Amino acid sequence: MTEIVSIGNQHELAQHHLAHHFDTPQQQFDAGKLGMWLFLSTELLLFSGLFCAYAVYRALHPEIFRYAGQYLDMPSGLGNTLILLTSGLTMALAVRFAQLGRRIGLVVCLFLTICGGLGFLGLHGYEYFTNYREKLLWGLDYNPSHGPHGQAIAPIRSLTRLTVRPLPAGVGGWASLKALGREGFIVSHSAIAPAASGPPGIAAGQRHTVRLAPYAQPANVQLFFSIYYLMTGLHSLHVLIGVILMTWLLFRAWRGDFSPRYYTPVDLIGLYWGIVDMIWMFLFPLLYLLH
Amino acid sequence: MTTAAVTTLPAPRSQVAGNYLTQDRRIRSWLFTLDHKRIGVLYLATSLLAMLIGGLLAMVIRTQLLVPQGLIFHGHGAAAYAAYKHYNQIFTLHGIIMVFMVLIPIIPGALGNFVLPLMLGAKDVAFPRLNLMSFWLYVGGAVLAIASTVAGAVDTGWTFYTPFSIHTETYVVVMLLGIFLIGFSSIFTGLNFIVTIHKLRPPGMTWFRMPLFLWGIYATSIIQVAATPVVGVTLVLLCLERIMGIGIFNPALGGNPVLFQDFFWFYSHPAVYIMILPAMGIISEIVPVFSRKHIFGYSFIAMSSLAIALIGFLVWGHHMFVNGQSAELDAIFSFLTFLVAVPSAVKVFNWLATMYKGAIVLDTPMLYALSFLILFTIGGLTGVILGALATNVVLHDTYFVVGHFHLVMMGGTIIGFIGGLHYWWPKMFGRRYNETLARIACVLLFFGIAITFVPQLIVGAEGMPRRYAHYLPIYQPYMVASSIGAYLQLAAFILMTGYLVHSLVRGRKAPMNPWGGGSLEWTTASPPPHDNFAHPPVIGENYDPYDYRHLAYDPKIGGYVPTGVVDTYGAGKEA
Repeated sequence: MTEIVSIGNQHELAQHHLAHHFDTPQQQFDAGKLGMWLFLSTELLLFSGLFCAYAVYRALHPEIFRYAGQYLDMPSGLGNTLILLTSGLTMALAVRFAQLGRRIGLVVCLFLTICGGLGFLGLHGYEYFTNYREKLLWGLDYNPSHGPHGQAIAPIRSLTRLTVRPLPAGVGGWASLKALGREGFIVSHSAIAPAASGPPGIAAGQRHTVRLAPYAQPANVQLFFSIYYLMTGLHSLHVLIGVILMTWLLFRAWRGDFSPRYYTPVDLIGLYWGIVDMIWMFLFPLLYLLH
Repeated sequence: MTTAAVTTLPAPRSQVAGNYLTQDRRIRSWLFTLDHKRIGVLYLATSLLAMLIGGLLAMVIRTQLLVPQGLIFHGHGAAAYAAYKHYNQIFTLHGIIMVFMVLIPIIPGALGNFVLPLMLGAKDVAFPRLNLMSFWLYVGGAVLAIASTVAGAVDTGWTFYTPFSIHTETYVVVMLLGIFLIGFSSIFTGLNFIVTIHKLRPPGMTWFRMPLFLWGIYATSIIQVAATPVVGVTLVLLCLERIMGIGIFNPALGGNPVLFQDFFWFYSHPAVYIMILPAMGIISEIVPVFSRKHIFGYSFIAMSSLAIALIGFLVWGHHMFVNGQSAELDAIFSFLTFLVAVPSAVKVFNWLATMYKGAIVLDTPMLYALSFLILFTIGGLTGVILGALATNVVLHDTYFVVGHFHLVMMGGTIIGFIGGLHYWWPKMFGRRYNETLARIACVLLFFGIAITFVPQLIVGAEGMPRRYAHYLPIYQPYMVASSIGAYLQLAAFILMTGYLVHSLVRGRKAPMNPWGGGSLEWTTASPPPHDNFAHPPVIGENYDPYDYRHLAYDPKIGGYVPTGVVDTYGAGKEA
């Protein structure tokens, strides 16, 4: 008897959250979930522009990425990865606890997830601060006093003094970059071909290998840092928004708003947090590991 | 929502509170309304206002180009530079306002919002609050964008090509932020419509029993959701370029300006399908209703909308045929551009086949549909000419491009929108308009558009570049013809404003179903009650929005009524 009563109450609770234009709570939940997935796809597309810029510049100037990537602090990136992975676990558990109607478990897991988000922001903020002190910044503000391993910076002009030879036919891309080892770089010129050697206005790609002295600084290293700050900055903004949303969830969970019949916000923000996690899982190797 | 929401009377709320226009007359109830119909009307008002501004700017452009030296902005030496810079600002604003504030939001925002839930027999869109937020984002973005023109109007062209947009001294950042907000409005509208179509279709209305306007809106929404975020991040990058000098698009800092063009057109080419697909949906509604005949090739029209949406994502490179793109890419993009013309042609042939042996009624909406068929076909075919590599190199950045684009946009999107507005006007406001004046306005607009933009095709093929404030005297006859066409369009719009305002104030009361349409919006009152339907419509097994056999014209009420012989909405009809 008591069980029936409690189900009745929960049913009322669900009805209370039912907007007038939906027929059933299930329809409303499905609509919310589809809407969230669509929104998350737009988030991925927002980042996709930056991933695309990364790919284009990496293909055009691999030497910049190879050189500048060494400046980044891999251990702190790894730390952040572990923090975010753990917070992803606690968020998934939070959704589960909400489904089961276990309020304390939900509150604890949300709290742990918030801690994870704040920890990530703290560690990342410290990294930004270190970079700022080293003047590892974007555009004209890129002006570090030493190279990635503490060595003196070879003047940019040294590039011109290096031996430049064309790539052997049929060799190109990453395979050849690997074959060259640490000192060699491929430089791809997309200069417009002279009118005599091709149809006017059509670019003919010319690929050359460049032998560099170890750690010599290539031109336009600042491009790497522009992309680094854009990608991690946009991601950190999303982490911050996630922390704010979860604080709101925590408040509502503490108040006892959620039940097995109504936990839509927890579920949707759980999805959001999953995407934020996932994007970092791509950012970390691309920026910190792949030199 | 106010008094009606708390009433416990068994009668439907709508009967208590009147229709959606009159149920609450306070300003606040309009500004913060969650009712999709009211939000549709708000979109209609604001985007028409934007169209007025953009249209007047177009008049300035056409007046300037009446004489070779320029009638309004001209001068010698430094004065010429300043004068022509003003011309650049004028056409930039015209482009930005028309693209981002008129063409993109006007059909989904105004007509889509109003009609979509009605066609589904639903009470509202899936997320009414998000819908209201979309509208206010749109208004906020528009205000920001227009405000930036007071401070220093942008002179980059609506495409914002770098590096000029990085260096110009005008207020590019404010303008970009405005467009960014409008972009989010567009994303949320698309998201809302996708979820509504997925989750709020009534039982019995399967995907292939939806009115084709919904397919058009659905395909549009997919593009809005999938393409707009990319332009969003691009505009943010350009803002950061100007504020912080990040160098991504700035060749002076090692960046790649062509990357900006890639990003920009990855959105902005699909965006032209955001503009045209809903208009095609409207034509798919109007043509069968006014031919009194079932739509021909339903599934082909529906699938061609999706095909346009998907292939439309893969053609952006045709904007960069002369920008140093590799020959291989040029060829691929050219091929894909040809390919995207196929589904558009499929639609045109299906509309023609629908009209074939139909009992065609030349009421105003049908006149607009016919204008669409002619003007859009000319505009579309000139697009194929531009998509061909060899001709593109010659015609690139000439008036041919301007003529093509405006024929598709004015002759396609705007004609489609105005046709849809006339089609649903009695439903939206419960009033008829003066049919004779409306037909005259349509004919005037048709000839106005043709006379404005066809000479531009010719003068472009003769070699006149676009965006110039002055030109060689040999081009003057074409330019004058084009300007006369523009003034004809202005006259048509003035006439239209006149009889539509008259209709709002003193128009005859409209019946429930003035044209004999078969979709669900014609089964509710004109204008509809707050909750759309006094009784939720029941969809039978054989529901078909393009079956008109059960409707007969009743001269007493001036509209169509169900005869009861064949009940399309119930389950009684034989297949």
